[in-house]
Amino acid sequence: MIRKLALAAAGLMLAATAQAADLKIGFVYVGPVGDFGWSYQHDQGRLAVEKEFGDRVETTYVESVPEGPDAERVIRQLAASGHGLIFTTSFGYMDPTLKIAKMFPKVKFEHATGYKRAKNLSTYSARFYEGRHVIGTIAGMMTKTKKIGYIASVPIPEVVRGINSATLAARKIDPSITVQVIWVNSWYDPGKEADAAKALISNGADVIMQHTDSPAGLQAAENAGVYAFGQASDMIKFAPTHQLTAITDNWAPYYIERTKAVLDGTWESTNTWGGIAAGEVKMAPFTNMPDDVKAAAKKAVADIASGAVHPFAGPIKDRDGVERVAAGAVADDGMLLGMNWFVEGVLGDLPK
Amino acid sequence: MENFIISMIIAATPLLLAAMGELVTERSGVLNLGVEGMMLMGAVVSFAVANSTGSSTLGIACGAGAGLTMALIFSVIALSLLANQAATGLALTIFGIGASGLIGQSFVGIALDPLPKLAIPALSDSTAFGRILLGHDAMVYLALALAGGVAWFLSNTRGGLALRAVGDNHDSGHALGYNVIAIRYLATMFGGACAGLGGAYLSLAYTPMWAENMTAGRGWIALALVVFATWKPWRLVAGAYLFAAVTQLQFYGQDWGLPVASQFLAMAPYVATILALVIISRDVNLTKANAPACIGRPFRAER
Repeated sequence: MIRKLALAAAGLMLAATAQAADLKIGFVYVGPVGDFGWSYQHDQGRLAVEKEFGDRVETTYVESVPEGPDAERVIRQLAASGHGLIFTTSFGYMDPTLKIAKMFPKVKFEHATGYKRAKNLSTYSARFYEGRHVIGTIAGMMTKTKKIGYIASVPIPEVVRGINSATLAARKIDPSITVQVIWVNSWYDPGKEADAAKALISNGADVIMQHTDSPAGLQAAENAGVYAFGQASDMIKFAPTHQLTAITDNWAPYYIERTKAVLDGTWESTNTWGGIAAGEVKMAPFTNMPDDVKAAAKKAVADIASGAVHPFAGPIKDRDGVERVAAGAVADDGMLLGMNWFVEGVLGDLPK
Repeated sequence: MENFIISMIIAATPLLLAAMGELVTERSGVLNLGVEGMMLMGAVVSFAVANSTGSSTLGIACGAGAGLTMALIFSVIALSLLANQAATGLALTIFGIGASGLIGQSFVGIALDPLPKLAIPALSDSTAFGRILLGHDAMVYLALALAGGVAWFLSNTRGGLALRAVGDNHDSGHALGYNVIAIRYLATMFGGACAGLGGAYLSLAYTPMWAENMTAGRGWIALALVVFATWKPWRLVAGAYLFAAVTQLQFYGQDWGLPVASQFLAMAPYVATILALVIISRDVNLTKANAPACIGRPFRAER
């Protein structure tokens, strides 16, 4: 009898250890994986990690977590339930992540697009503004009305950076181009994004850019016969004849690298800001444009990857005429991270 | 300006459809807070059917059916099993949000053509008047026809009288021989079907795709609009268009360069609704007189 119990117990323990993974990884998403944009791409990174490491890791994800007290609760729950590495994928999770990181010093945290770090909290982001430079170049060549429409989400430096980068690139092609910004005050609201796109188009914009997460704006542009760009994923299915390209986020290499670091014990708190050169920012195939525009776009990508062109190379003046970057200099990371001013040519207010 | 009015009409349609159904439900004395969940189920089912069969009409019909089914679940729990109506409605909303996300998983990333717009050649394209009034898809006109039908039904028919009687005093209605529970069942299912139509409009015409949680709170707005309209159909139409106009102002205002901060414009529709509610409910007695007296109270036959 006792022998049978002992055998059973041994069998259970064996089964348990055979199934236990070396590392549990948690992911917190601000939107649904089904947004086919920002959160979808993070989830693709998660799936790549699962594929790469197989049974050694076990991943959990929580989607559509609002930024605020709910986020703190979710992160705390992940940290308290045995997860050794947690990725929080939105700017608004910054303070909750820092708070929980202080309470769970053994757990490693990675916060996307933030700037606060700790011994067990890294930050990472991608230089999306490099992608914006490419689409600004394309838009500058494709626009006939010289008006570009921009569907913007919330007034944080990352969004302002994107607007400025695209505007600078477009105005290098033609200095008379203006970029009209409409704030939707949400990262994800398909109805509002479509409405904003229609409003921009009705006011004369013939190329639409967006910094919101759903394909609704792009779809509205396609239905109105206006060119547009996808955001975070290749959204060509929503605008087969009018998507020019998309800035796609490729988190897989970074996620795999960080998981490996935790498994190997070499993980350290860092700030990673990779761009086109590092492979974190990829452009979707260039479509629906004439060959000379395609060539210019490919050249822009190559120039940024090699460092020959910097999207924020001076001289840069803001809307009030103040010179922010001198001729011959480039904006440093500090200025980029705290950017709260628009360059010349941007229309629309900038809430402080 | 013309595009602004066109956008306003399109934006008001899902609100109008869902709110009109909820108005009928509430006039019969049932408080169904599950509008958001019913709209989402209508959106996902109509998109799934339209995508799989290629027929938008069938999609719209199935969307209405999905909303009706959700309302039926609510009715069984709240009307037959006498559960608390507010709690059941909230549970329905949460259920609808989750179930629609689950059903919609395989439909993410698919785009459909929007509903065809009625094209009366020579009229609908040439003049601004024509473009504003005539060039819309069928559901915009359906919403207005629904408003007219509900208004006529409530005030001019015996059925409408019975419904209002049951909503104002279900004990008297029962004593008169009306089947209170059956009338409430029908009213709630009608409300669910209309919410499903509202959701179908979102996923087939407004932004012809499926995205999780795509109603983004419109169900709650519809609920507020019913109260805003003091349960009268034509006031509801006015309220829906007013709300849609202020919502569109959020975008067109920025485009026109209005010297107002964008966050204030984003807040404006809700502030406008609250202001209107405050003005309407200045007189407490008048508000009490307008609301269906038995709303939210479970009915149990005495004899």
